Amino acid sequence: MKKLLLASTAVFALGTAAQAGEVIPMGISIGYTGPLESMAPGITAAAEMAFKEASDSGLLLDGSTITTYKADSTCIDAAAATAAMERIVTSDKVRGIVGGMCSGETTATLQNVAMPNGVVMISPSATSPALSSLEANDLFYRTSPSDARQGVVMAEVLQERGFKTVAVTYTNNDYGKGLADAFQAAFEAIGGKVTINAPHEDGKADYTAEVGALASAGGEVLVLAGYVDQGGSGIIRGSLDSGAFETFLFPDGMVGTPLETNFGTQIDGSFGTNPASEGEGRDKFMELAKAAGFDGNSAFAAEGYDAAALMLLAMAKAKSSDPAVYKKEILGVANGEGEKIYPGELAKALEILNGGGTVNYEGATSVTFVNGRESAGNYRETEMKDGKLTVVKYR
Amino acid sequence: MDILNAIVALLNFVVIPGAAYGAQLALGALGVTLVYGILRFSNFAHGDTMAFGTAATILVTWGLTALGITFGPLPTALLALPFGIAATIALLLGTDRLVYRFYRRVKAAPVIFVMVSMGIMFVMNGLNRFIIGVGDINFVDGERFLITARGFREATGLAEPLALRMTQVITLVTAAIAVALLFWFLNRTRTGKSMRAFSDNEDLALLSGINPDHVVRVTWMIVAALATTAGVLYGLDKSFKAFTYFQLLLPIFASAVVGGLGNPLGAIAGGFVIAFSEVTVTYAWKKVATYVLPESLAPEGLMQLMGTDYKFAVSFAILVVVLLIKPTGIFKGKSV
Repeated sequence: MKKLLLASTAVFALGTAAQAGEVIPMGISIGYTGPLESMAPGITAAAEMAFKEASDSGLLLDGSTITTYKADSTCIDAAAATAAMERIVTSDKVRGIVGGMCSGETTATLQNVAMPNGVVMISPSATSPALSSLEANDLFYRTSPSDARQGVVMAEVLQERGFKTVAVTYTNNDYGKGLADAFQAAFEAIGGKVTINAPHEDGKADYTAEVGALASAGGEVLVLAGYVDQGGSGIIRGSLDSGAFETFLFPDGMVGTPLETNFGTQIDGSFGTNPASEGEGRDKFMELAKAAGFDGNSAFAAEGYDAAALMLLAMAKAKSSDPAVYKKEILGVANGEGEKIYPGELAKALEILNGGGTVNYEGATSVTFVNGRESAGNYRETEMKDGKLTVVKYR
Repeated sequence: MDILNAIVALLNFVVIPGAAYGAQLALGALGVTLVYGILRFSNFAHGDTMAFGTAATILVTWGLTALGITFGPLPTALLALPFGIAATIALLLGTDRLVYRFYRRVKAAPVIFVMVSMGIMFVMNGLNRFIIGVGDINFVDGERFLITARGFREATGLAEPLALRMTQVITLVTAAIAVALLFWFLNRTRTGKSMRAFSDNEDLALLSGINPDHVVRVTWMIVAALATTAGVLYGLDKSFKAFTYFQLLLPIFASAVVGGLGNPLGAIAGGFVIAFSEVTVTYAWKKVATYVLPESLAPEGLMQLMGTDYKFAVSFAILVVVLLIKPTGIFKGKSV
């Protein structure tokens, strides 16, 4: 009798548990402090929006809900990022993480925390080419494109515009060097010539010497892989003043309004590339963001939404929130056949997946994974016309 | 024609920027050398004194432009310069009164003075950031160019451009005036002579009735004027940022030591030596060589001895070599 009672209680308990689902802990590990702290609120708001959408639908793993735990990855301090992530993984037991933010810190946390503990990480914003070749055991993906891809896009833009020789200068860090090297390889592969590939330090008063070396090497265009709020603008000023270069190619770190306010028509004819997509997914995301009360245009916010959504859909497809099980489904959800899913349609996707169907998650950034783990990347080509950055096309 | 192009390229990227930078360093080094010669210690707070003077000048400049006062084609900051100098004089006399005077009274060893100046450096560091912040400030106005790169190319038909900025000319002219005034003062006036006497032999100077407090006061005033002028010229030519002024300390000390510490003439020579070594060692000579050499000898590489990142390493290396080989510097100064 006692056994029967126990057994029925157990069955009853199981039954209610199955009905109400579980509470799934998820992590967000990005740099709430540090050099990219201004982007952190947008990414967080977007990721939480995706979590909430799936929780509210009641369709995720029999009505499971999600709680989030945040870790401050600091962007630059790998040790601090590792400690913060260790905390949410071991004590809060998160099943998946939106993060890290910057390339160096992402590599460290992936190798020191995510891989030993078997937790999935999807980074919205780490772009270093080095992350493409890391051994990751299917635990690491990124919804941002690799800078290797941007290097190719930049080379193509130059080729289409008929430029054959260029000088390259980059801001002396992982981002700048990775991008400059990727670009050089891509440009030389299509027959272009890079006369010099030299670093510059940010935050100096005077770039005469740097510009002098670049001018001596020569080239039709100066490729400037720097930051528009930092040394990048100093290099442009020095080049224009001394007449060293008049046409520039600006990658993503340089495409910003300071170009218009500081230089205006002086750099007409210069052009830039930065990751951005257009179309239905983007528009829907912008609407959702506006309704949720944050700026959808904030850099990498859309990527944050997609990173969060992908993990949830993979869980639904795998019928499990265990990272060891659902990690195998992420690629299938992102690149699969079936109905295209845009932001705000997570409920529809969950329904299809619960019924055993397949979906093709497009999301806010037209997600398609290449190299097994990263966004193929859509880029926007802009040109300075009459002192304004104007969009030429998307590629 | 090719030789002409080579000369223009050299002027544009080496000679003109080097000369302007050299003049700025020379003015800074003059201040350091005066403190060393007369007050007998290495003033580590000099970079931050320059920053303070420049910050004060910038604030007055903003005030003037807000009132609608400008200086025609010249930068308004030149009008504000006397106010900046006055503020810096007040600051330096105040520090001397509060801090240095005590150590002079107890006849502290020079190394203690150096440590004290380092403390003052940190305080001024904070003060500057408190007053004007940490960001980059561009306060140049008026005409930017005397010769523009494009205009020169169109006028001469040469392949190489040449640009001459207004601030570069102002730097050289102002530096020349400041140096002439300083030498006239040191050599022709009674106070100047007593300062030199004090520098040569303190005890003898005191015996002959020179008032040491007066000498110290005048020295600080001149140092304030030189530091502010150097700082404002550097800021006009490049841009103002508290941290870069702090970093200027190394090339300025290198200039003073190379020229011979305590010797004003040496400080000027040292400034130009350091500036031109920094620029020429890190310059990529490829373009000039291509113009000058016959085609068969045209270089493949960049012909750059060192990356531009190593600019400060050049002044540091020169500093070390001079201290090892000729501690008294080019012009006979005091050995360190």
